[in-house]
Amino acid sequence: MTTQMVGKPIQRVEDKDLLTGKGSFTDDIKLPGTLHVAFVRAPFAHARITGIDLDAARELPGVHLVMAAADLPAPAKGKRILLQVPNPAIVDPITQEPLVSERVAFAGEAVAVVVADSRAIAEDAAEMVMVDYDPLPTVANLAQATAPGADKVHPHLADNVAARIHVGYGDIESAFRDAAHTVSVTLDQHRGTGNPMEGRAVLSAPNALDGGITVWSATQAPHILRRALVDMLEMAETDIRVIAPDVGGGFGPKVQAYPEEFVIPICAQMLGVPVKWIEDRREHLLCTVQERDQTWSVEMALDAEGKLLGVRGRMRHDQGAYLPWGVIAPYISTVTMPGPYVLPAYDLETQVMFTNKVPTAPLRGAGRPQAVFAMERLFDLAADRMGLDRADLRRRNLIPAEAMPYSVGLIFRDGQPLIYDSGDYPRCQQIAEEKSGWADFPARREAALREGRYIGLGIANYVEGTGLGPFEGATTQVLPSGRILIKTGAAGQGQGNRTVYAQVAAEAFNVDISQVDVELGDTGKIPIGVGAFASRLMVNAGSAINVSAGTVVTKMKKIAAAAFEVSEDDLELVDGTVRVTGDQGPSLTFGEMAQMASGMPGYVLPGGQEPGLFATHYFSPPQAAYANGSHAVEVEVDPETGIVRIARYIVVHDCGRMVNPLLVEGQIQGGLAHGIGNAFLEKMRYDDDANPVTTTLADYLLPDADNVPTAEIYHVESPAPHNPLGVKGAGEGGTIPAAAAVVSAVEDALRPFGVQIDEAPILPERICELIDAARQNTQEAS
Amino acid sequence: MTTKSISLTVNGKTVEQEVEPRTHLADFLRHGIGLTGTHLGCEHGVCGACTVLVDGQAVRSCLMLAVQADGAEVVTVEGLAPETGGDDGLSPIQAAFREFHGLQCGYCTPGFLTSLTQLLMENPDIGEEDLRKELSGNLCRCTGYAGIVRAALAAAQAYKEAAASGMGGSR
Ligand code: FES
Ligand code: FES
Repeated sequence: MTTQMVGKPIQRVEDKDLLTGKGSFTDDIKLPGTLHVAFVRAPFAHARITGIDLDAARELPGVHLVMAAADLPAPAKGKRILLQVPNPAIVDPITQEPLVSERVAFAGEAVAVVVADSRAIAEDAAEMVMVDYDPLPTVANLAQATAPGADKVHPHLADNVAARIHVGYGDIESAFRDAAHTVSVTLDQHRGTGNPMEGRAVLSAPNALDGGITVWSATQAPHILRRALVDMLEMAETDIRVIAPDVGGGFGPKVQAYPEEFVIPICAQMLGVPVKWIEDRREHLLCTVQERDQTWSVEMALDAEGKLLGVRGRMRHDQGAYLPWGVIAPYISTVTMPGPYVLPAYDLETQVMFTNKVPTAPLRGAGRPQAVFAMERLFDLAADRMGLDRADLRRRNLIPAEAMPYSVGLIFRDGQPLIYDSGDYPRCQQIAEEKSGWADFPARREAALREGRYIGLGIANYVEGTGLGPFEGATTQVLPSGRILIKTGAAGQGQGNRTVYAQVAAEAFNVDISQVDVELGDTGKIPIGVGAFASRLMVNAGSAINVSAGTVVTKMKKIAAAAFEVSEDDLELVDGTVRVTGDQGPSLTFGEMAQMASGMPGYVLPGGQEPGLFATHYFSPPQAAYANGSHAVEVEVDPETGIVRIARYIVVHDCGRMVNPLLVEGQIQGGLAHGIGNAFLEKMRYDDDANPVTTTLADYLLPDADNVPTAEIYHVESPAPHNPLGVKGAGEGGTIPAAAAVVSAVEDALRPFGVQIDEAPILPERICELIDAARQNTQEAS
Repeated sequence: MTTKSISLTVNGKTVEQEVEPRTHLADFLRHGIGLTGTHLGCEHGVCGACTVLVDGQAVRSCLMLAVQADGAEVVTVEGLAPETGGDDGLSPIQAAFREFHGLQCGYCTPGFLTSLTQLLMENPDIGEEDLRKELSGNLCRCTGYAGIVRAALAAAQAYKEAAASGMGGSR
């Protein structure tokens, strides 16, 4: 009998420490003699540095180091951060310098660093650093970036194009030539932020014994940071140890290596003491990557029955000033567009544009929410034009479950053909329709309208490539104490990875999760690793644990079979022992087995096995695992104030086999909150000179308990065929279709005004403007 | 910089220290006396992560100077569990957060726990709608609030019983 661990809503092993104030976030780590840092940041979005005077700052008591780019030691001096995701589509793979040497390209770039006894003194000194700037013309948005004769973000380039991406398949010309109906739309989607409640944070300590260095960082990817550090500092991999301690949320922006993650270790090495920098909220809103700014001009062709014939168009992606994570996000956008629909022909021409703003890089959803928004807006528009029900038109085009695996005709971001591996898309939409009362809703809407209330129902579907490679590794070990130890590089930032990893291991050994220890997020514990992004850890690390634990179990059975002189098939693992099935013979505890396997001086190892009860496995998935889902949302809109209230939110979600439904639902609900922010709250605003305007949480609105409802969640489990656990990623599905679904609902509620919404977020003032404009149109027409 | 001597009670223990007048209470708690359970999310009074109880009231410790807490009784997340509480060493709201998955990264959590402790002790009968309005002063980027709301409503009963039995101090 085995204890079922995978699939149960087990409470988290992480929680007790976090609930009692015993978490260990980067700023909680106290090393004796630690010095503190403040950065001098550019107040212009584009400017040449003509002079820096550090002298006054250097003289302030308590200041240990003041440094500008020219003072950086070799080999970092003059270098830029390694681009780890190159792509031939990129015109010039330009990344940030640790400190800007000549020209700042967005407001908030660091031009100098101060190290002092306290953060307060460091900030005092930073204010005394005198920098002379020669302001340059700025490019504040896509319209300015693409205008003829536009000013240039990077003067050495021919124009502001950072990359060109063209994807498509099928005969797009005849699709539009033969169409019975076509609709077209131009959609603006705006920048939002990650805003984990813990900002970025870096602590670095030199190791006096071996000349190496340890870096603690609130990062999603310790191994990726180490690789970047090896490149920048030209040190041996073994001399740099990167540790991600408890990390207070990530959501994408903590994946790539940032300038501060190089400057802090450099300062620590120069001074020979630990140095710490904790990002404040203003710095986060200025300097940490953002995402979503895209403009889509797209059209859809359908036949007389409402079957899709083709989709084509252009997309412009506001990249910001640099390419810290290449063009991953816009590329994902382009290949997400077909979604769960049978789309015979597709053509999208994309330009990734530089602007003088903080760079964009994947943020929860990673380019997918924009593509889903575009596709779903086209469906709503087409249904309205054709006089069809919005869900009905979608239903006519969903890929049937029998068609799985389904080849879309594109290459996904993992370099593999985009083949949906499994899923039942019609069923997911059907559940969403049933649970939301879709069929009866028009009558309810009419009834509400008679009471003067504007309610609307929206729907959106998506498919999401999750669990991307290249790999993640895990070591499973049975310790002499009898406990199970799991080591993996892949750490979470609150997702509960320790718990689910322990569940996978516990099931393999048939023990309770309390018998499993998990060490993660430390390059000192496992030589190679990748990181937490692309909803990939359960697929990659989970599978690596599953396989390595299975290897150890097999080995234990071999050793025990030899010791007991029975067949391996007659053995079982029960209560931390290996014994003859049914307790009919001898048994050995895991601890005894671990001791046996480590050998006794002078004796032969039992069973002809290699020593030790441990195994390491690196799991590399052959392709992405495709999760999917359908969202339906009911809203009420106040046409006088433009305020949107969500009455009900229904999520139908298929992430394959669920390891822990409690945690999956937590991911869905949390992702949904982010999507709701993107739908009608969160907008990172810049003025015409590309200066950020929303630099506090009072100006940049995050969703709160009063505007995020508890979603009604329904699970469909289509096991992923390409990994041993059958799992797919669950971290982003809550976010991806949310803006599309909410905007669809808001538009539905405003039907009496005839309003069409072509943007996200849709803020209250814009709703009022659109209603006013629509009213004016009707007046003029009458 | 000149310093000022303050004396206050933190989680039941008397603390006396010299502080700079500009040090806010959160930095004093975190770095002055090593209680790193209190977190800073914005340092401008919006996110609520830094909430502690000062003389029983939920206060944003990033907006209060340490010198203003001179003579006060401060309770942080480290002091929420009753000394003689459940075997798990968790107060009712802490235990409910674990049961209902009211936390993910745990960074916002101390602020929610302290805010809810005051709220539920004063108003254990609160309904979901009012609870959500009260909670809108605390931001969480991970959970989407569902687990937090469930946990608070479930824990309310325990605070009600404590209030009924006159054990006002059942943090
Ligand atoms: S840190 Fe005090 S309210 Fe955000
Ligand atoms: S649990 Fe991460 S911010 Fe709330």
